[in-house]
Amino acid sequence: MTGTTIEFRALSKHFGPVRAVDDLSFTVQPGVVTGFLGPNGAGKTTTLRMLLGLVRPTSGSATFGGVPYRELPRPLATVGTALEAASFNPGRTARDHLRVYAAAAGIPKPNIDRALGLTGISEAAGRRVGGFSLGMRQRLGLSFALLGDPGVLVLDEPINGLDPEGIRWIRGLLQKLAAEGRTVLVSSHLLSEVQQSVDSVVIISRGRIVHEGSLDSLAPDTVVMVDSPDRAGLRVALAGAGVPAVESDAGFAVTGAEASDLGAIALRASVPLSLLKPEHAGLEDVFLRLVGSGEGTGR
Amino acid sequence: MIGALRSELLKLTTTRAWWILALVLFAYVGFTAAALALLFGALGDQLAEQPGSTPLPMDTLAPLVYSTVTAIGYVFPLILGTLAVTSEVRNQTLTPTFLSQPGRGRVLLAKLIVLAGAGALYGVVGLLASMGAGAVILELTGNAAGLESSDTWALAGRTVLAMALWAVVGVGIGSLIQNQVAAIVVVLAFTQFIEPILRFGATIWDWTAAVGRFLPGAASDALVGASIYTAFGMSGTVEPLEWWQGGLVLLAIAAAAAAAGYLTAWRRDIT
Repeated sequence: MTGTTIEFRALSKHFGPVRAVDDLSFTVQPGVVTGFLGPNGAGKTTTLRMLLGLVRPTSGSATFGGVPYRELPRPLATVGTALEAASFNPGRTARDHLRVYAAAAGIPKPNIDRALGLTGISEAAGRRVGGFSLGMRQRLGLSFALLGDPGVLVLDEPINGLDPEGIRWIRGLLQKLAAEGRTVLVSSHLLSEVQQSVDSVVIISRGRIVHEGSLDSLAPDTVVMVDSPDRAGLRVALAGAGVPAVESDAGFAVTGAEASDLGAIALRASVPLSLLKPEHAGLEDVFLRLVGSGEGTGR
Repeated sequence: MIGALRSELLKLTTTRAWWILALVLFAYVGFTAAALALLFGALGDQLAEQPGSTPLPMDTLAPLVYSTVTAIGYVFPLILGTLAVTSEVRNQTLTPTFLSQPGRGRVLLAKLIVLAGAGALYGVVGLLASMGAGAVILELTGNAAGLESSDTWALAGRTVLAMALWAVVGVGIGSLIQNQVAAIVVVLAFTQFIEPILRFGATIWDWTAAVGRFLPGAASDALVGASIYTAFGMSGTVEPLEWWQGGLVLLAIAAAAAAAGYLTAWRRDIT
């Protein structure tokens, strides 16, 4: 299973004088989970809806490896989508909901029960959606996304409304889907919500990109925690390498060095390590600073 | 296209609205047909003997009773067709619909075809009620039920066609007025109140009567060939439309509503 890339090229959408999405260009790679972040009203949903052919762009394009959604020969088998948790007829059962769209997209019947099983709602399949909790609706929305076993997944705020157990479950699911080689794009208005499950982020504010890249690059002053059973040996090795380190009960907090550098230093000094961990202290602060001043921050 | 048709058929059959409406249609038409058959069948002789009254032509009694399906029941396929669109807007299911079938024109076409089929089914359900109840009572009161007449079955066929067209008109109206409550209010107000008044008012002058023939309900009655409205001379001195003309007028209204719906609502951004 290999997903295609998702390519945004100078994508814009204007509602009258409001530039809801303003000249967005970025590429989403397969095999990793990409977070699409920004505060409410930043233009995330409009961007995703343009990608899916539901909203017409004012200019620019959004494609799956060069092919617009509307021209995909088998859309649900190529791209799986969960947009918002409310797109159900409350009088229809969960299984019937999926049957309706599987029929439209020519998805074989066994996929319906498979998708229900993957999201853990098989037992509720015969119940009307009107009685579902928000968490179950999210799971049904994901079932719809997984219906065609697609190589690309586009999920808008999939973590909203899930309980802690559900959040842990979906993080595992996203990682698994990406590890299988699929392209996974997940939007959220909270960095902390996806921080543990995304490999790469695109942050937008007021319709413009304010950051694109890895989470590490978001906070350049990353602190790396490093510790060893041989504290004294590590202290000497760090000092010898000229790395500023602050010692505490938890180990050494090192700034200005990559985890890989510290590993190499310890290896050269033959000091065994019990801890080597980059910590994104203040990541949320950086995020809020970025999105809080969308104008003028540039790219 | 097969997939789109199957999907639209599933949408209709996996919710309850279609059979609830069919049930109410059956009861309403059956009751009205029975009441009309009883009233005119039993009292027809006495009414005719009243000096100065216009005698009811007894050979039109059976068509009059059977045509209650369209005369009063056409609102049911109309509402079903309207709901088929407005419920999708209301529940935001146009999003998964267009995700699974990005060809929007194809979705609308599939909806029109499936709803026309459902409207035809409503025609059959209504006929079972009107002919079932009506024929028995007409026979019991000594009137001709006309079940052996080919005219009766031709009327039944045209009834099925009219009901199918009404469902198509409903899809057009639902596309144009996407707010479910507003759409239902407009449909009920127009069919139960405004159009009857217009049709009655149109009989005052010849030229208005000529225009009034093109009202959707009048065209539908012309297509079927009988109606409780036309039976009481509401068309005045102006000749009513031929059945095929009525059919064409109703078809044109349905096509115009669907085309207008496509050009406005179906190409819009889905947010």
